[in-house]
Amino acid sequence: MATDTTTETPAAPAQTEVDHHHEEHLSHLQHHFVSSEQQFDSAKLGMWLFLITEVLLFSGMFVAYAVFRQWHPETFSVASQTLDWHLGGLNTVVLLASSFTIALAIHYIQKGETMRSFWLQITTISLAGVFLVIKYFEYTAKFEHGVFPGAMFDPHGTAHGVDYGALASYAYAPQFFSIYFVMTGIHGFHVVVGMILIGWIASRTYRGHFNSEYYTHIELSGLYWHLVDLVWIFLFPLLYLV
Amino acid sequence: MDSATKGAEVGHEEHHDEAHDQNYLQYEPGIWNWLTTKDHKKIGIMYAVSLAVVFLVAGVLALMVRTELVSQGETIMDADTYNQVFTMHGILMVFLFLVPSIPAILGNFVLPLQIGAKDVAFPRLNLASWYVYMIGAIMTCAALYFGGVDTGWTFYTPYSSTTGGGVLWMTSAIFVSGFASIFTGLNFIVTIHKMRAPGMTWNRLPLFIWGLYATSIVQVLATPVIGITMLLLILERTLGIGIFDPALGGDPVLFQHFFWFYSHPAVYIMILPAFGIMSELIATFSRQRIFGYRAIALSSVAIAMLGFLVWGHHMFVSGQSAISSIIFSLITYLIGIPSGIKVFNWVATMYRGSIWLQTPMLYALSFLFLFTIGGFTGIMVGVLAVDVHLHDTYYVVGHFHYVMMGGSVMALLGGMHYWWPKITGRMYNETLGKIAVFLIFVGFNATFFTQLVLGAKGMPRRYYDYVERFEALHQISTYGSYILGAGLFLVLFYGLYSLFYGEKASANPWAAATLEWTNVAALPDPHNFVRTPLVTRGPYDFHLADEVFGGDGMGDGATKTLDVPEPAPAAPETAEESSKA
Ligand code: HEM
Ligand SMILES: [Cu+2]
Repeated sequence: MATDTTTETPAAPAQTEVDHHHEEHLSHLQHHFVSSEQQFDSAKLGMWLFLITEVLLFSGMFVAYAVFRQWHPETFSVASQTLDWHLGGLNTVVLLASSFTIALAIHYIQKGETMRSFWLQITTISLAGVFLVIKYFEYTAKFEHGVFPGAMFDPHGTAHGVDYGALASYAYAPQFFSIYFVMTGIHGFHVVVGMILIGWIASRTYRGHFNSEYYTHIELSGLYWHLVDLVWIFLFPLLYLV
Repeated sequence: MDSATKGAEVGHEEHHDEAHDQNYLQYEPGIWNWLTTKDHKKIGIMYAVSLAVVFLVAGVLALMVRTELVSQGETIMDADTYNQVFTMHGILMVFLFLVPSIPAILGNFVLPLQIGAKDVAFPRLNLASWYVYMIGAIMTCAALYFGGVDTGWTFYTPYSSTTGGGVLWMTSAIFVSGFASIFTGLNFIVTIHKMRAPGMTWNRLPLFIWGLYATSIVQVLATPVIGITMLLLILERTLGIGIFDPALGGDPVLFQHFFWFYSHPAVYIMILPAFGIMSELIATFSRQRIFGYRAIALSSVAIAMLGFLVWGHHMFVSGQSAISSIIFSLITYLIGIPSGIKVFNWVATMYRGSIWLQTPMLYALSFLFLFTIGGFTGIMVGVLAVDVHLHDTYYVVGHFHYVMMGGSVMALLGGMHYWWPKITGRMYNETLGKIAVFLIFVGFNATFFTQLVLGAKGMPRRYYDYVERFEALHQISTYGSYILGAGLFLVLFYGLYSLFYGEKASANPWAAATLEWTNVAALPDPHNFVRTPLVTRGPYDFHLADEVFGGDGMGDGATKTLDVPEPAPAAPETAEESSKA
């Protein structure tokens, strides 16, 4: 670390020499780090830890889902059939595609193709937007028939061959939809945060802040985005299919 | 490596004046600079001030509770107020004081210094942590303004999802301040992994660092669960989602599982850093290499892990299955093993050491005594059959005060006295310090030992009133709490006094051997070290360290004038010579 660089010039204080060198050449290196690698490794480890907290946050909800599903299996399967798996499936494809594009964005910035990386980031944001639009239509289709979370639950009417009114006879149907709205809602919130995050990164990419040597932010946003995708991979079958 | 050592010697001249005319407190003064600082030391101080205020408020609430209970019937407040007062006492002490306390104050200040880093890995996140915490604190005030909280600090449903007042604000505040805790934990893990000075191997980490490391793991793994629990509770209240409220088909026991899945590990968030401080104090004031370094380090990690498997011992009488109860009870006993290992190792460290009874050491000795009682009573309530009787009595109240106050707060106080010279550059008044320890120790036992007895006799917790036969013990407890309070106010008083009139401290008044004492000026440089230290020995190798900063290893460092330590690396002369060869 700091010590190696001074081998030739023992007369200079080790630390200052290193600092000097970096301040001149690497504008992104923060003063308290010794090297770019240290800074990058730290950021990456930090991001992984953050992702662990996210997993635990969602796992609380998955536990609630598991408990109530175990208790009221029929209600859950009937209620789950009112969700449109076509739309859910389409959204799965959309999110998978967006994970792919952000991975490509990292690939290209590594190769130094900044603008290509930029456009791939924009594509990722657009796909995230498509996901939210589809989700919006799903939500409103439910709200129209009184399928709200919790206390406001008042199902009525039929649409596309789904008899919402029939849900009223299942005592625990509101719970399924509470869980559905809470989980997908919190997931949706993460999608929005991801869009803002990648938007910010994209604007910095456009302004040339990143290059093949320094692209920490893009890589970390990518990690975050994969997690958002992964959570959906679990939500989709649990809520729509089983 | 050797070239760095030589380079250091030459560079020494240049840096000397710089080290003298700038210290972190003078550097960039003014309110605005403080509020935007990224210096871990200053953030530690900001946390210290905020937490001191919370501790003061929560402490006054405790004295109000005790005063109300000094006699039967209404004494100073009505029953509803009483509920709110003990609830706020618990919430403030647990979530807003004890959980952040040691990591955010002393961890922030000491951690980078002890591992030879310039700062934590993410200084901006560190500052954000303080702001997030403050938002949580403001929301707590809002909760009080909107009618207060009377659920107890545990927020059990369905009461918490139906009672009026500020529950919504309070649960939101806990949700928000959880992020502060996560930020600190995440920052520390990365810092410990990535920012250690050259030569600072895992086996040379001071044990305070190991304690913080274990704590951070728990913070990162447990806090998200209280986050989602609070969020679901908020949604339960606003939307009636029916997850916890039985009237809507929800399950209140599920809430208890969620709550304790966080809150049992959270008690280790409170005690693990305290263990870390203990090791520093005992080693330094016994002038002994710590006995069983690895055992102490790894038992912290073991406790952190085991702590996730025992939450069910809070629900023995909540209607969980008998099998679960038995299993939880058995795993709870296991926690006693690593805790016991620590206590034995500390005692063994003192054996044949030259013990120097300064105030921090007195706190350490109090800790040993009180934590042992706390731990044993913990095992007792962990025994399924016994707990059925003791649950929800003052016995449990006694137990957790012995560990939280007798353990964590004692260690925090010991640590504050120990690092006070490094933080403020001044000494506190040793005589007053000793008087305060005495008051606190006596007052504490009078307050809480009586509660163990009360509980064993059947006095339920959280009650506003009680029958005649409990009155005498309640009175002792209340008068004890006044002595305890007097001791704490004395600390506050001489602490403030020393800030202005205290004797100037030398760089290493305790003749300790860790980096923040040996390689840092009396008041640290804004960037901590004039030069990154090169570590060539363990944290408690006093016999080696003395070769660097002089002395005979007999622990009378205060009588020596150590001034600014030779800013040479922590390497003993011999090592340096051999490397030159
Ligand atoms: C030696 C390790 C420990 C064991 C075996 C242990 C065991 C227990 C058990 C079985 C209970 C449940 C009693 C009941 O509610 O009937 C309990 C309660 C409690 N313990 Fe411990 N404990 C230990 C250490 C600690 C530590 C280190 C702390 C805090 C720093 C702590 C804080 C608490 C609190 C706050 C409660 C009461 C929660 C409430 O109901 O309000 N314990 N402990
Ligand atoms: Cu517990």
